[in-house]
Amino acid sequence: MRIELVKRPQQSALFSILSPFLALALTLAAGAVMFFLLGKNPVTALYYFFVDPLLEVWSLHELAVKAAPLILIAVGLSVCFLSKNWNIGAEGQFIIGAVAGSILPVVFPGLQSWIVLPLMLLMGIAGGAAYAAIPAVLKARFNTNEILTSLMLVYVAQLFLDWLVRGPWRNPEGFNFPETRNFHAYAVLPEILPASGRAHWGFVFAMVAALVLWFVLSRTLKGFEVKVIGQSPRAGRFAGFSSGRMVIFAFLVSGALAGLAGISEVSGAIGQLRPSISPGYGFTAIIVAFLGRLNPLGIIAAGLVLALSYLGGEAAQISIGVSDKVARAFQGMLLFFVLACDTLIHYRIRLVRTARMDAKGAQAGHA
Amino acid sequence: MLESVLITIATAATPLLIAAVGELVVERSGVLNLGVEGMMIMGAITGFAVAIVTGSAWIGVLGAILVGAAFALLFGFLTLSLVTNQVATGLALTLFGLGLSGMIGEGFVGRPGVKLGQVDIPFLSDLPHVGRLLFGQDPLFYVSLLLTAGVAYFLFSTRAGLTLRAVGDNHDSAHAQGINVVAVRYLAVMFGGACAGLAGAYLSLVYTPQWVENMTAGRGWIALALVVFASWRPWRVLAGAYLFGGVTIGQLHAQALGVAIPSQLLSALPYLATIAVLVIISRNRRLTMMNTPASLGRPFVPER
Amino acid sequence: MRKTFVLLTAATLGLAAAGTALAQDEPTKACFIYVGPIGDFGWTYQHHQGLLEVEEALGDAVETAYLESVPEGADAERAIERFARSGCDIIFTTSFGYMDATNKVAGRFPDVKFEHATGYKREHPNVSTYNSRFYEGRYIQGVIAAKMSEAGVAGYIASFPIPEVVMGINAFVLGAQSINPDFKVKVVWANTWFDPGKEADAAKALIDQGVDIITQHTDSTAPMQVAAERGVKAFGQASDMIEFGPETQLTAIVDDWGPYYVERVKAVREGTWEQVDIWAGLAEGHVVMAPYTNMPDDVKALAQKVEESIRSGEFHPFTGPINKQDGTPWLAEGEVADDATLLGMDFYVEGVDDQLPN
Repeated sequence: MRIELVKRPQQSALFSILSPFLALALTLAAGAVMFFLLGKNPVTALYYFFVDPLLEVWSLHELAVKAAPLILIAVGLSVCFLSKNWNIGAEGQFIIGAVAGSILPVVFPGLQSWIVLPLMLLMGIAGGAAYAAIPAVLKARFNTNEILTSLMLVYVAQLFLDWLVRGPWRNPEGFNFPETRNFHAYAVLPEILPASGRAHWGFVFAMVAALVLWFVLSRTLKGFEVKVIGQSPRAGRFAGFSSGRMVIFAFLVSGALAGLAGISEVSGAIGQLRPSISPGYGFTAIIVAFLGRLNPLGIIAAGLVLALSYLGGEAAQISIGVSDKVARAFQGMLLFFVLACDTLIHYRIRLVRTARMDAKGAQAGHA
Repeated sequence: MLESVLITIATAATPLLIAAVGELVVERSGVLNLGVEGMMIMGAITGFAVAIVTGSAWIGVLGAILVGAAFALLFGFLTLSLVTNQVATGLALTLFGLGLSGMIGEGFVGRPGVKLGQVDIPFLSDLPHVGRLLFGQDPLFYVSLLLTAGVAYFLFSTRAGLTLRAVGDNHDSAHAQGINVVAVRYLAVMFGGACAGLAGAYLSLVYTPQWVENMTAGRGWIALALVVFASWRPWRVLAGAYLFGGVTIGQLHAQALGVAIPSQLLSALPYLATIAVLVIISRNRRLTMMNTPASLGRPFVPER
Repeated sequence: MRKTFVLLTAATLGLAAAGTALAQDEPTKACFIYVGPIGDFGWTYQHHQGLLEVEEALGDAVETAYLESVPEGADAERAIERFARSGCDIIFTTSFGYMDATNKVAGRFPDVKFEHATGYKREHPNVSTYNSRFYEGRYIQGVIAAKMSEAGVAGYIASFPIPEVVMGINAFVLGAQSINPDFKVKVVWANTWFDPGKEADAAKALIDQGVDIITQHTDSTAPMQVAAERGVKAFGQASDMIEFGPETQLTAIVDDWGPYYVERVKAVREGTWEQVDIWAGLAEGHVVMAPYTNMPDDVKALAQKVEESIRSGEFHPFTGPINKQDGTPWLAEGEVADDATLLGMDFYVEGVDDQLPN
């Protein structure tokens, strides 16, 4: 028995819609089996994972808080990935954006004015973009592999932040603990509806960014250029597009959005810099980008689903004692199923009965 | 003292080398598997658990290799049979592996492990200065060297190696020549998984014989970096792994000698060094192009 | 254990020994937020042992829940709030990085009690802070190290240069130099709380540089294993690591949170909970020395004597005369360091052979 894929002449509209639901059904089934094997009631477990976090207003706010950075980063990454620029260092750009944006409230706390917050956001954007420019320039200029350089720069950014908050930027009133001073009132990103929860304007930024990029990618020449270069650099060259400039463009966009996510998170949700400001948002956003099929609107949905699985994981941990490792393994499964089901959009799957492999292929494979 | 420093560096380099050589074969076949960390941590818990249950570290090593390969098979099924995106699938594999290993490992926390014994060749290992370094290390150290040599020989001196590289360079023309591209890639991916599993077992059976969650601590990612750092050449992977090990250990020695540099800067050195070397290597465009598998990361679906 | 906790109750709350529990039908719900996995066999593992001790001591009268590997940052506030909303009566947040999140949530839930480990902010009456005087154990380790080391040099694997760690290094050095004024300590900053591989590498580097005693302020058992392999002695950290070095471990500083947790949960149950700022050590049983092993009887006797003198309050490890590293005087003859200075310690004492990273 062998699986064979037959490419569909065009994307299947039916499966474009059906695939996420199919994936969800498969995940639920596999999850139920897993929870059953662990001795938990599958229905209760799945309820806590996917329903419980949606039932209360404060929890919806938390969903927005958690989803905002994921969506912001992921829509930026979609531009990179569509143009086949493998930026996997968004985590580093997030951190540097947060650091650059924090210069005013940390180094010049005396500057108290309404102008501080807009400046912070701009500096965060600039910081993230500048940090993303490093792998971009190295790739455009020296053809250096961007996957590796952007990843290495993540570790460097983490250590740099660590050094800052333990050294020069340490809170002078903080008993030498590793954190900066708390941001003053003018430097805090306001909450959207302070009465009901702590979702801040970062979520609005994420929505706006997603809509704008959706428009750019699907309705403008620039979007066309991104996709053409991604699908075939040669065709792009014939059309007069420069893939070198596209590298820079894609990295700057995604770095800027990651930087904005960073400063929004620090200013809106944390209120100061500390040694760790991100639980891996930059990496999780890569998954979100692909879950959303690199489409900014799909990314909004994917970001919300992934954020939900984090909240649900906590709810399940508290309520029925499912450990956080189970939650992580469960997330992994969810991703596998979503990725696998998306295959149906582009391909028809046929099961072929065969007894033997291609003789030459089998021989070639003694790796 | 120099000898024992070198042995320490070898211990730090060996797991990186094993995992990276495996991934090198995978990438040479045109597949990018970012799930090395996930397969490695599965190898670490399997090796540890099997060794404790059976009392034999060697059976643990075997189990780790099998589980690493099985995990790679899952990756292969998704990316090769269902042509899912390799980057996303690899990341999902890492997430899944970190979670699952933690689940399996819950009962093994805080238990001293079984340590894989050291090779001790009589007389030779007593030689002054180099005896222990060359003849008295753990068996997997020798395995890692043999593996490197074997992969180098296989890739560049055998017909099958040529086939594998052909698949990685241009899967369409390889397919046209009648090569079963998907089968070759399956085997390469599983070999990479087996190596990652072995590297994980090295951590939990030799390096620090114990089980703790997330004990791979990013070494899978370093292995991925080494492959590119080495521009897909096995012996350069070896050089890179030892260089990386050397910088890691060297910064600890520098500290113990009282060199006053911010420790964060010292910790960042290996990463900055990797970037610098990447830039230097890739400036020579012709050389890089020659070694880079041209089909790396591109999905393949046989045309009917 | 029971006796300790009764004493502690009396000491901290100024109440008579608890005993007249009000009959309550509803179990008290005690909730814990951990920064690492409970399987780290270090910091979080010990806190979780405390949770288990609470369950054992209070049985049906208590219900527990925990969240592990909660990142410090925006997630912490959500996790704490979730606990507060899910009916927890008392919430222990067991890492320094949860400080602001704990206080924020505490402001919104005045009826829930919050206990934050190792922090200093108590912005609301329902927030307590607690910590342990680990430096007391480190002083004893220094004494033992100076007695046991032939090389006269110990290796110190440190995590991050925060006051807690700097204080530990100073105490270790003071202890060692009380025996051998020429004793040296080599410090390596691993820049991690928990990475077995890196900690093992650091231990190897230190041993290669000639130290014959290893002590650590990181959480894994890897340095102990390396020391065992290389035939030098070592001290355990956070938990008793004797299984990882039966012929290697001299003693270990064990974080025993159990008595405190039991006492505080009981206080909530009995309605006697009050805000406190606890910094307890050997005397209260929060810091416990693992059995003194692998050393001659005279060293063991000396260690026990020092331990007893600290426990009884007769001796404080930071008693003058002590100079700072650059030779400027810090404590005069007989002067004892005050807690505030210790908790914000950002300088080495004279005799430390290392430069403090800033």
